[in-house]
Amino acid sequence: MSTVMHAPAPVTDDPLLIAGVEYHSRLLVGTGKYRDMVETLAATEASGAEIVTVAIRRTNIGQNKDEPNLLEVLPPSEYTLLPNTAGCYTAEDAIRTCRLARELLDGHELVKLEVLGDEKTLFPDIMQTLEATAVLVKDGFKVMVYTNDDPIVAKRFEEMGCVAVMPLAAPIGSGLGIRNPYNIRTIVENATVPILVDAGVGTASDAALAMELGCDGVLMNTAIAGARDPVLMASAMKKGIEAGREAFLAGRIPRKRFASASSPIDGTFF
Amino acid sequence: MHIILNGDRQDFPDRLSANELLHTLGLTGKRLALEVNREIVPRSMFDSHIIQPGDQVEIVHAIGGG
Repeated sequence: MSTVMHAPAPVTDDPLLIAGVEYHSRLLVGTGKYRDMVETLAATEASGAEIVTVAIRRTNIGQNKDEPNLLEVLPPSEYTLLPNTAGCYTAEDAIRTCRLARELLDGHELVKLEVLGDEKTLFPDIMQTLEATAVLVKDGFKVMVYTNDDPIVAKRFEEMGCVAVMPLAAPIGSGLGIRNPYNIRTIVENATVPILVDAGVGTASDAALAMELGCDGVLMNTAIAGARDPVLMASAMKKGIEAGREAFLAGRIPRKRFASASSPIDGTFF
Repeated sequence: MHIILNGDRQDFPDRLSANELLHTLGLTGKRLALEVNREIVPRSMFDSHIIQPGDQVEIVHAIGGG
């Protein structure tokens, strides 16, 4: 009897659950920094992302009136739009932005809260972020919060009712990768809500590492949009995320200092 | 009347509804959100909400961002 060759069983039933909704992609992407809407759409499709972030800004009055609207290219019927509060340096501005976003998106309550501390690092202002979180959660928003890689603060956001906590890997747009894997691991171990690495990823191996550490997903923008070929990088990130997730679920071998032969010693004829 | 529209001082006729303002700007039917003096004006109120002289009006939409 011949041996049946088995393809590895793909992990099919492993959804990401955020605020009671199941997603099948663990890669979340931003839509900034692309050359045009054509590239935005092509890269977003190649990434396989279901959740995409958008920014809320003033409408152009009397100029570029016919420029394509992002929500026509990435319609809310096909994507879960995640409005962000990028550019906000105070709780007040962030809350105002979320309320405008909710009106803009017909009552949509899922938001990405980020309140920045300074322009050089774009590190989060935790005091302002905590203040905004309290107001937004009370106001019925489902808050996915951008924070630093501090496990104590991450837990606090969870206790306040955030639906996901999103520690940075490194400064926004820096591409430095995961600077503190031990803290990310601790944040993941402590959490009962999804933990997503948000910001700082540079390439596919960074995304894979985040997933191998047990993160539930990764949110990125610059690493894809800023690549020489954004569509190809989007595809690479998709695979990096999937590979990292499967490796995490599979359980890696422990690190050892010395070798361990892969071929048996028994039966050697020399 | 003068209003401050997206940060710029602009002239419009008196007794203008939010809907008429958007129509004048060629924005009817676009997906946007409207704030007057930091209060959101829901889409269902666009017909009845009258813009007052000196109002600070913000019209926003979604754009690419990370």
